[in-house]
Amino acid sequence: MAIISTGIQASATLPRLFTPVALVASFSISLTAFTLASTGSEQGTSVVGVALGGFALYLLTVVLASRLVEGRRKATDRLVTSLVTAAFALAVIPLISLAWTVVSNGVARLDIDFFSMSMRNVVGPGGGALHAIVGTLELTLIASLISVPVGIMTAIYLVEYGRGKLARAVTFFVDVMTGIPSIVAGLFAFTLFLVLLGPAAAINGFAGSIALSVLMIPVVVRATEEMLKIVPNELREASYALGVPKWLTIVKVVLPTALAGIATGVIIAIARVIGETAPLLLAAGFTTSMNYNPFSDKMMTLPVFVFTSFANQGIDTQSYLDRSWAGALTLMLIVMILNLFARLISKFLSPKGS
Amino acid sequence: MAKRIELKSIDVYYGKFKAVEDINMVIEPRAITAFIGPSGCGKSTLIRTLNRMHEVIPGAYVDGQLLMDGENIYSDEVDPVKVRRQVGMVFQRPNPFPTMSIRDNVISGYKLNNSKMSKSDADGLVERALKGANLWNEVKDRLERPGSSLSGGQQQRLCIARAIAVEPDVILMDEPTSALDPISTAAIEDLAVELKEKFTVVIVTHNMQQASRISDMTAFFNIAGTGMPGKLIEYDKTEKIFSNPSQQQTEDYVSGRFG
Repeated sequence: MAIISTGIQASATLPRLFTPVALVASFSISLTAFTLASTGSEQGTSVVGVALGGFALYLLTVVLASRLVEGRRKATDRLVTSLVTAAFALAVIPLISLAWTVVSNGVARLDIDFFSMSMRNVVGPGGGALHAIVGTLELTLIASLISVPVGIMTAIYLVEYGRGKLARAVTFFVDVMTGIPSIVAGLFAFTLFLVLLGPAAAINGFAGSIALSVLMIPVVVRATEEMLKIVPNELREASYALGVPKWLTIVKVVLPTALAGIATGVIIAIARVIGETAPLLLAAGFTTSMNYNPFSDKMMTLPVFVFTSFANQGIDTQSYLDRSWAGALTLMLIVMILNLFARLISKFLSPKGS
Repeated sequence: MAKRIELKSIDVYYGKFKAVEDINMVIEPRAITAFIGPSGCGKSTLIRTLNRMHEVIPGAYVDGQLLMDGENIYSDEVDPVKVRRQVGMVFQRPNPFPTMSIRDNVISGYKLNNSKMSKSDADGLVERALKGANLWNEVKDRLERPGSSLSGGQQQRLCIARAIAVEPDVILMDEPTSALDPISTAAIEDLAVELKEKFTVVIVTHNMQQASRISDMTAFFNIAGTGMPGKLIEYDKTEKIFSNPSQQQTEDYVSGRFG
């Protein structure tokens, strides 16, 4: 018997409907088995048990059937495909569950009041998060205005100019900065302003922006560095050969070519810091009042709003919880809009091919 | 405006490694000079010293004198950026700027240097440069399309148009056809022959038929072994190099007995 058949014709294949049928059958059997097992006992049917049992049964059926009908290579293929798909499902389930929980709990208070009122003098139901939304937007904007130029210029130095010890040192410190726990960044900004302005004025919105910048700069540097590295060297040489100085080559050839990637990286960095809670709790504080001025007085932000609403629930517990969920949902929507924006930018700015 | 280039005891280094040793030659204006030789013999390195592109690589430098119409471009007062404005270069792989249209690619030498130009001047220049590169008829209706939308051969001619648009004195071509099909190659070769009416043309090629077809002068380079510097073995009229070379190495190479 030949181990490898000499023809090029495929051996027999399982019918296309086999996979869905096996899937449905396995999980039905598993469900029935666990339901029967749990009748009489106090616990209900275990969802995890049904899923695991069903998956194991499906794996066994498919691999055995495929081994018998299709041969060893196809059976291995089906086994690995099933495992990879299961891993994907396992990764997505918490995400969907989280999104669903936030939306279903948060949508109750997502009304006009929520976007038009602060929490000043509100103890029961009502009130809103306008002060927190304004705070988050202002703080993130200031943090971006600081981090984006610093980050992009650092990356340009590292990719285009950096040689030797200084460049290695910069790379090392960027790596270290990436690993700074966010609470430490908050403590840094808080102590900095404590030293500069004294205890009365130390906590303000700008201190929060500084804390966010510390977290954001390394992310921007890393993203920009990667994007600049993939700009082909041939383009730089083409520009040099036309008698264009190095700095103009960077400004007019390298940066435009990498712009889409850099913009995406920057927006991802913003999305990363916009949800920071701990550093803002320390550096920007929390308040129930409107404050448009980031340079004086405490400033509320959405993550801190979510945290304080949940931590200090007051008498009318439910309305505090509702506001907390609505705050979380608003934050998620802002991040989603930013991501959408990043996709649009990379679509419109990327170099156009044929 | 073609210029005569004179190389006087040129040594080219990558850090400590000497890649090319003691080159003495005169490159004539209004002629095509071809550099041939096996891989790694320093042809590309040498052509990159003619517009001071070699020193872009960290640690790389050049020793000796390189006179362009009597002026040493390696003297301390010379700005390498200004040299590159007089010496255009076409690379092995076509490299139009991906963020620019065909039109902007042609005038990129001006745009990237922030030179102001009226629209009618720019239009005239684009048409002249594209006609000079034999590309005008193929792209005149789609000048606003991205440069990367063209075929490989068209892209290479676009790069030539870009190089001649800044009106240099010398045009360097580093294996300009090695990534192209025979028809595009023929187009580039015809173009090179036209360009020598106005410019000094230097071309590096692995294709000996190409060197014998288009060049007036041919320089043969060789290395004694890996890690050794490349040397100029023989430099003469192209017919002489290909029919009756004075060096045994040259004869072996052009007749295909080695390399």
